[in-house]
Formats: sequence, C-alpha cells, structure tokens
Amino acid sequence: MAKNDKASSNKSVATVASSSVQLGTAVEAPDRFVNPGFPEHRLRVTDLDPKKMKRAARIVGVLFYASILGSVFAVFAYMFFPIEDGSTTSVRLNTLFIGLGITFALLAIGIAAVHWGKAVMADHEGVDHRHPVRGTDATRARAVEIFKEANEESGFSRRTLIRNGMIGALIAFPLPAIALFRGLAPMNEDPNNLMKFTMWKAGTRLTADPTGVPIKASDVTIGSAFQVIPEGLVDLPEKEKLDAKAKAAVLLVRMKPEDYTWSSAERESWSYQGIVAYSKICTHVGCPVALYEQQTHHLLCPCHQSQFDIANESQVIFGPAARPLPQLPIYVDDEGYLRAQSDFTEPVGPSFWERSK
Amino acid sequence: MIKNKKKNESRSGRRRPVVSVALLALGLAFTGGVYAALTASTASAEVDLSSPQVIDQGSKLFAANCATCHGQQAQGTANGPSLIGVGAAAVDFQVGTGRMPMQANSAQAPVKPVQFTDEQVKALAAYVASLAAGPAIPTESQLTDGNVANGGELFRINCAMCHNVAGAGGALTEGKYAPELKNVSAVHIYEAMLTGPQNMPVFNDLNLTPADKKDIIAYLEYNRANPSPGGLELSSLGPVSEGLFIWIIGLGVIVGFTIWITAKSN
Repeated sequence: MAKNDKASSNKSVATVASSSVQLGTAVEAPDRFVNPGFPEHRLRVTDLDPKKMKRAARIVGVLFYASILGSVFAVFAYMFFPIEDGSTTSVRLNTLFIGLGITFALLAIGIAAVHWGKAVMADHEGVDHRHPVRGTDATRARAVEIFKEANEESGFSRRTLIRNGMIGALIAFPLPAIALFRGLAPMNEDPNNLMKFTMWKAGTRLTADPTGVPIKASDVTIGSAFQVIPEGLVDLPEKEKLDAKAKAAVLLVRMKPEDYTWSSAERESWSYQGIVAYSKICTHVGCPVALYEQQTHHLLCPCHQSQFDIANESQVIFGPAARPLPQLPIYVDDEGYLRAQSDFTEPVGPSFWERSK
Repeated sequence: MIKNKKKNESRSGRRRPVVSVALLALGLAFTGGVYAALTASTASAEVDLSSPQVIDQGSKLFAANCATCHGQQAQGTANGPSLIGVGAAAVDFQVGTGRMPMQANSAQAPVKPVQFTDEQVKALAAYVASLAAGPAIPTESQLTDGNVANGGELFRINCAMCHNVAGAGGALTEGKYAPELKNVSAVHIYEAMLTGPQNMPVFNDLNLTPADKKDIIAYLEYNRANPSPGGLELSSLGPVSEGLFIWIIGLGVIVGFTIWITAKSN
C-alpha cells in the first residue's frame, strides 16, 4: 500500500517526506497548496475592439438617458392616471404605471452603472496583500498606557460611587422593557379560567352570525350548516365582542340521526334530532374550522389540514390536531329555539399546560 | 318545401334549371326561417315547468339519461341518491352546469360542457319537481340589486372558508374541492346555496334569506366587475401563488443579477 502511494505521489511530496520520515514507512501530504499564481489576464472584447468599446459606452449612456425618461414617465403617469372616485381600476392603473416608470428608471441606472464598471472602465488587476492583524509592540504598549491613563484620569477604579452608579444605571435601564413585555402575558389569571369559560351558559340561545337572529331547530334542515354565535354577543362593545367570539364561535349542522355514532347516551343527549353544535376553534392552534363537507360529514381545518368526523363526536381522523372539537350541548325550548344546555364541558381551542387541571 | 315543388310541377311539366334552383333556395330559406323563428321563440319564452307536456318530455329524458343511477322513479340506487324532493333548482344546477350526468363515479362531479339544451334542462327540472315539492329555480328578480357590503360579510362568514375570500375556490379533503365562483352565473350560485350540491352544505331560506342570497350574488358580481387594485391577482389564491411567484421569479431575478454583477465582462 504505502509503496504504491509513494510511487504515485509527486516529486515535491517525496522530497518533503524524505527529510523527516524514514522512507517507506509513511506518506506525508504537503501541508499547503502550492500557490498557483494569477490566472493569465484576459482582455475584454471592449479592450480589443474599439468598435465594441464604443458600443458599450453608447449602451451605458443610452441607459442613463432612458432612466431619465422612466422618471419623467412616472411623473406623467401620476398626472394622467389619477385615482378617481376611489374606483379600483383607476387605483390599479395609477400604481401600475407609476411603478413601471420608477422601476424602469432605477433599473436603468443600476444596469448602466454595473455595465459601465464592467465593460467600459479600465480593467486593471491589482493585488491587496493581507497584513498581519497583530499590532506592533509599541502600539500595544501605548494602548495599555492609554487605558491606564484613562482609568486614572476618569477615576473609574477610585471613584466607586460613580462607577457603581453607572453600572447600576445601565442594568436598570432595560427593566421597563422587561416589565412592559411581561405585562403582555396574563398576570395573575389562571389560563384555565380564561380558556374554560365562554359566553355560553345554560339557556343561551343559538343565534346566527353576524345578525344575531335566534335559530329554531326547524330552520336547520338536513345538510345545513349554520355559523353560530351566542345570543347577546352582537350587543357587546367591539373588543369584548371579538374576544368573546374567538372562544364561543360554533358550527351547527344537521344530518340524519342514524348517521351518528355516539359513545354514550349522555353524549347523544347533547344533540337534538340530528342537530349538533361543535366549537369552531381548532384544537391544534386555534384556526376557525368551518370547511364542512355535507356528504362525508368531515370538517376540515384550512390551516394545517386537520380533519374531524362530525358523525363520530368530531374525532380527529387526519392531521396534527390532538383532540376532538369540544361539543356544545344543546336542547330545544318550548318555542322551538335552540339553546345551550351549558357551557362547553372542556376548554376550547389549542392545548395549554394547565389545561388538565 | 314539398308544397312549393308540387305547385311548380303542376304549372309546367318542365322547369328551367335556374327556376328550380331559385325555388329550392326560397323553400330552404322559408323552412329555415320558420324553424329559427320557432326555436327563438321557445328559447326566449319561459318554459312552463308545470305543463304536462314539459313534464312528460322531462320524464323521457330522465329515463334515458339519469335513471341508470338515480332509479326509474328517481328513488335512488346504490350508485346515485334519490331525487325525490330535491326540486327544480337542484336539477337546473347539476345539469345546467354540466355536473350531471356524471362522467365517472368519483369524489367530485366536476363542471363540464353542458350535455342538454336549456329547454331539456328545464324539462328535466320540471319532471323532478313534479315528483315532490322542492326548491324552485329562482326568478330574475331574486338575483339582482343586492347589497354588496352585506353580501361581503355574509360571504366571509358562510362561504369564504371553502370558496376563498375572492371566490377563487379551494381544496377540500381527498381530492374534493370547492369550485371557483368567478365564472358561475347568478342563477347557479343561488341554486347551489339553496340546494347544497355535493359536499356543499345547504343554506336554506331560513339560514340565508332570499335577500341574503341576493347580497352574496351582488358581492361576487362586484368582485368580478372590479379588478384587484393591487395589480396582478395571481388567481387570488393568496400566499400560495404569491409566495410561489416571489420566491421563484423574484428571488430568481435577484440571483440572476448577482451572477451578472460578479461575472467578469466578456
């Protein structure tokens, strides 16, 4: 092996090896590349052919003038394609032509500048040698001296009041930011309380989103899907309304009662003649799940493709969601309106650490 | 045409060729004209869906084209659902958009060239509507003059999750999809909401009132008529097509420029 390697290795390796190692016992690779030198300087076509140089120079010049045209065009576009009475067509034309003008102007400057540098400007190859990073001993000694002087003159070590005060001030400065960011997270609230309870209470009527019109069981024909909010939600102030809706949104569907599989009679009693209500908040990361397929009874989440089987207590049949959607127990009152038996029996939406408490 | 010929023969035994050609042309023009006038009048006139002749015509068409899957009495078979009670609206939508007759028994019945004339579609609808009461085909006044703003809100709440906020359509499970709504006629949109074709849920008149449906149609028509102010829609597919465009085309152009800038001039 070694012999073969040695035979195939080049001459310089052999000479290096022979000085330090006994021949035939090891092969020492050279520890660096041989400097290949610079590649031969290749002249550009513009260096060789005056005609081509002239042409390149003309292109650069023309591009700069074209850029002027682009800028002028943008100004004219602003004048001749005004945004009139908010019509989308005029907005579209306005932005389109102004944008085209500015783009052309800037692009032409850029291309001209690069082409100028590459093809027209003189083509010299220069060498910038790397210099050692370490400073001279004299510089280093002087630097140390300056530090010492600065320490003495400022009194950084001596005047401890100033020094400690400064350090303290710098440490204290980021504290407000930390406090402010901490304030974004829930403070003394138990997330379980926050997440577990929604606007639904025993007897809350199911109403249609966005009108707030109460829904009767007879309105919900087989194959129907209603986007549902609790009664009274529409009367809340805007912010509270959104917060409440984010937790209480419900999808109401009806299919044939015989299409369902129920794990218990109690669970079945949460539905009414094939009408079921499920939380619309995905148990994965909380997207609204409302892509309901009437024939397959599957509910698809558009964010990460979790699929829930409404016919089977909305069990997860595909995707990253870990738990079935919480079901809202419902009943029908004397007037035929759908009402909630209670709030959801578990927190809606994504998992959180304290969820099982 | 035959009458014309007889008349000509009775006057003189022999005809000059020019005369016979002229007569032939006249006869053809006459019959063609009458036919065109007749068909034009039937196309423009509303087909009476309750007339026994139309129902009878529909019944024959049904037996020939639909009964294999839906059963002789539209009672449904293992291959197709019962059509009793689906109403004229469902037939007008399914057959009028070419979805039915279905090309293959697959997850989705796609839109394809319509297989029947408008008259035949209406006859089929009349037949199915005669079996049991069901949603009727909406009239013109139910489709126009909706409130665009309200329609937009209703569309975002009830439709946008599947059909995309701009009505560009979207994917469902196992190869099914919610079709785009940009090229769907107002009457078909209305019928789809009313009847819930395929996997689309039903939006009956108590869920989305006729006025609500009108508003939704107005919103879709507004979208159709007004181009996106932001420039190219890229099929309105949102981050999918926009991301693809900027990552492939946008970044590609930047990479191209970088290579050009650093390459030595020729």
